[in-house]
Amino acid sequence: MSDEKKFRWVGTRPIRPDGVDKVTGRAQYGADFALPDMLWGRVLRSPHAHARILSIETGAAAALEGVHAVMTGQDLPDLFAEKAAAAGGHDDSNNLAHNVMARDKALYHGHAVAAVAATSREIAERALELIDVEYEVLPHVLDIHAALAPGAPLVHPDRVAQGIENSGPSNIAKRLQIGHGDPEEGFAEADEIIEREFSTRPVHQGYIEPHACLAQTTQDGRVTLWSSSQGHFMVRDYTAKLLDIDLSLVRVIPAEIGGGFGGKTTVYLEPIAVSLSRKSGRSVKMVMSREEVFRASGPTLGTRIKIKVGVTREGVLTAGEATLHYEGGAFGGSSVGAGCMTIFAPYAFPHVRSTGYDIMVNKPKGAAYRAPGAPMAAFALETVMDELAQRLEIDPVDFRLRNAAKEGTLASFGPRYRRIGCVETLEAVRDHPHYSAPLGPNQGRGVALGFWFNAGLQSSAGVNLNPDGTVTVLSGNPDIGGSRASLAIMTAEELGIEYEHVDVMVADTHAVGYTDVTGGSRVTFATGMAIIEAVRDVMGQLCQRAAAVWEVDAERVSWHEGEARLDGGFEPAPLGLAELAKNAGKTGGPISARAALTARGVGMGFGAHICDVEVDPETGRIDVIRYTAVQDAGRAIHPSYVEGQMQGGAVQGIGWALNEEYVFDDEGRVQNPGFLDYRIPVASDVPMIDTVIVEVPNPAHPYGVRGVGEVPIVPPIPAVVNAVHAATGIRFCDLPLSPARVLARLDEARSPGSA
Amino acid sequence: MKRHISTTIDGEALEFLSEDGQTLLDALRDVLLKTGTKEGCGTGDCGACSVMLDGRLVCSCLVLAAEVEGASVETVEGLAEAGELHPLQKRFLEGAALQCGVCTPGFLVAAKALLEINPDPSEKEVRYWLAGNLCRCTGYDKIIRSVLDAAADMRGETE
Repeated sequence: MSDEKKFRWVGTRPIRPDGVDKVTGRAQYGADFALPDMLWGRVLRSPHAHARILSIETGAAAALEGVHAVMTGQDLPDLFAEKAAAAGGHDDSNNLAHNVMARDKALYHGHAVAAVAATSREIAERALELIDVEYEVLPHVLDIHAALAPGAPLVHPDRVAQGIENSGPSNIAKRLQIGHGDPEEGFAEADEIIEREFSTRPVHQGYIEPHACLAQTTQDGRVTLWSSSQGHFMVRDYTAKLLDIDLSLVRVIPAEIGGGFGGKTTVYLEPIAVSLSRKSGRSVKMVMSREEVFRASGPTLGTRIKIKVGVTREGVLTAGEATLHYEGGAFGGSSVGAGCMTIFAPYAFPHVRSTGYDIMVNKPKGAAYRAPGAPMAAFALETVMDELAQRLEIDPVDFRLRNAAKEGTLASFGPRYRRIGCVETLEAVRDHPHYSAPLGPNQGRGVALGFWFNAGLQSSAGVNLNPDGTVTVLSGNPDIGGSRASLAIMTAEELGIEYEHVDVMVADTHAVGYTDVTGGSRVTFATGMAIIEAVRDVMGQLCQRAAAVWEVDAERVSWHEGEARLDGGFEPAPLGLAELAKNAGKTGGPISARAALTARGVGMGFGAHICDVEVDPETGRIDVIRYTAVQDAGRAIHPSYVEGQMQGGAVQGIGWALNEEYVFDDEGRVQNPGFLDYRIPVASDVPMIDTVIVEVPNPAHPYGVRGVGEVPIVPPIPAVVNAVHAATGIRFCDLPLSPARVLARLDEARSPGSA
Repeated sequence: MKRHISTTIDGEALEFLSEDGQTLLDALRDVLLKTGTKEGCGTGDCGACSVMLDGRLVCSCLVLAAEVEGASVETVEGLAEAGELHPLQKRFLEGAALQCGVCTPGFLVAAKALLEINPDPSEKEVRYWLAGNLCRCTGYDKIIRSVLDAAADMRGETE
């Protein structure tokens, strides 16, 4: 496809098909469903960070008027224990099953230990108070240092580290190493070497909609679930697996999703709701409180990263080496692998090595969070890049451009890059007026680059042509940020019809083929490919119908601008979509198509952000006063929603840099499980977020699409931190940059005797 | 004990039975099945449950259902006239001011309350007025722009 090709719909900004429902309150999210026989399910959660469960007495709760079912971990099948034992304790299904409800041990403050279903929420709450759990409180470990200390309490005493030969039980779930070349050789060639250590605290995805579902079960074993998630096939598959049910008996109907950012790519409530429904014979609704969301879902946890980067006097990178420790929570499974793979990814490093450790601690089981693992890695690398540029007296964007990855560069995670837009993105930053705008007192500017892989995975789609020439598209991906619009745009573009004549439905697990989660920035890319394939099938059928009408070979008919045209020869009037659709019954039956694929040729994404801050020397408060996000989108199908991803990711990253952190007390209890004390950015905290969409089309996608959702959270942390350095001369290596911490460093720098 | 409550919601006179301690939000959602008003936190921190109570912007999770006896409640569900969206709703759609959309009902109700007392707010005034409404998807940019655009529409300064 030529870059000059003019599109009718691609690149325009029509109103999303689900828009009116979402501004009128009609759209149904996870907690908005109800059934006449419905009970309310509630979960009892561990008050301890680490405790053996000696006994659970549920008799009094079950006897309470209005209570219809009580359950504990003993009511869930233990299907995976043998497999887990054979794998050194690391079977993911076993971890998931034990996270949904504790069996012999509670592993974090908030771990589910029992649940009830009752005729009202209030009765269910009262019943929870009547459940008597006898705990033996165990010593806990809360962070990486404590988890690795000699003699540390073990979260799982039966587990041995994967990737470390002959190791005994420890809190290391896994070790991995990647890289190429010989870093020692590279550092020997360097004129400047900087080595630093960075840390980040646990943060939550912070979606506004708490987890929620409604479960209905029947006597013959069928299950229907209404559930808000990033993938209803994921909900179906995990729920069926944990409860040992055939997939064909489980139908999951996707609710609208009120934000996920990776945190709704797993199940918490659904297996419990189904179990309570089976026990009670009634449908069961469950909705987490905000406190439960903080204590028992998400988060992404703490990290420590040690990084060393070497560079020549001319500003050419010679080597990078990093050791990354990521907390994975109570079961391991952190994003340290992606951290290792992304930390050096934006640049051409001749020698590079990353070693990662996945650490188990008594905190909630970590979940994916938008470009999982990458923002912390970028914090480390991009802060050091800033310092190297400063030391070499090179402009920080020029320094990055000298080393930027391009087509053919050997990526630090293995392959050679195909066509990518890293250089174009940095050039757009360099050329942006923001980059050279003047700054006032106590102000500073920082830049940072970020990378994310993006995902392909499996997608299915259906396209039905209606008798009036309108089109219904079936997608298997919950629409988390406007994807119905981008899918409708591509459908209308292909068919050459009005955008308003296309409607997109997120179809349930019985109505559309298997589709992986709305994650990895994949929907417009991968599910878009499936839809385009199905639309092209429909166009082929339309040409065949026209050929039959004209009594010519189908090869002579092609589809242009919404109509079938005969190539060469005599010239019948073209047959439009509406006419072919109306007569479909007479020319061979309804016209529809399905497509199912594993999307190949994912377009890797780069973004670079410019951040201006003003630091209040009296209070340590940091205000972001101007911000520009630049990103290669490949091709922006609906630019408003691409910009929205960039703006939202930037602000989420600003929150991570400046405010957000879990606070635990000495007993390992979460002290701030609410939006008052876990403060995400509000409207008055941030400025407008300017955006520049760079378009370096992905050759593997019909319209050149790259994923756009995750990249925007990768650069903000180092962009903010580099800006604070520019404003204050102080380099921060530990998040968040809350006023108290900043003020302490400012006071230290101002104190007599300091340099 | 259940109380009998007579109230007006989105212009319609309604009666319902309220449990002791039940919030207005729970009464709206669970008793009256008006689920357009959302719960994000239940503690008054996120603004997703914003409604107007006798002309005052409140978090319905912090109001007891019994308090609306004889009062008038306006929710997002009453924002559109029959067949016609409110200018804020139109601008939110045109400006892509929502991604997941779960915070949108609260933002719309809160923004409408602002424009009733201040038809020509500055960007800063909009940002501070809406500081009690959390959005995690948009970074607020398109929300703020859409409110400013709708304000201009309502002042008759745009087409």
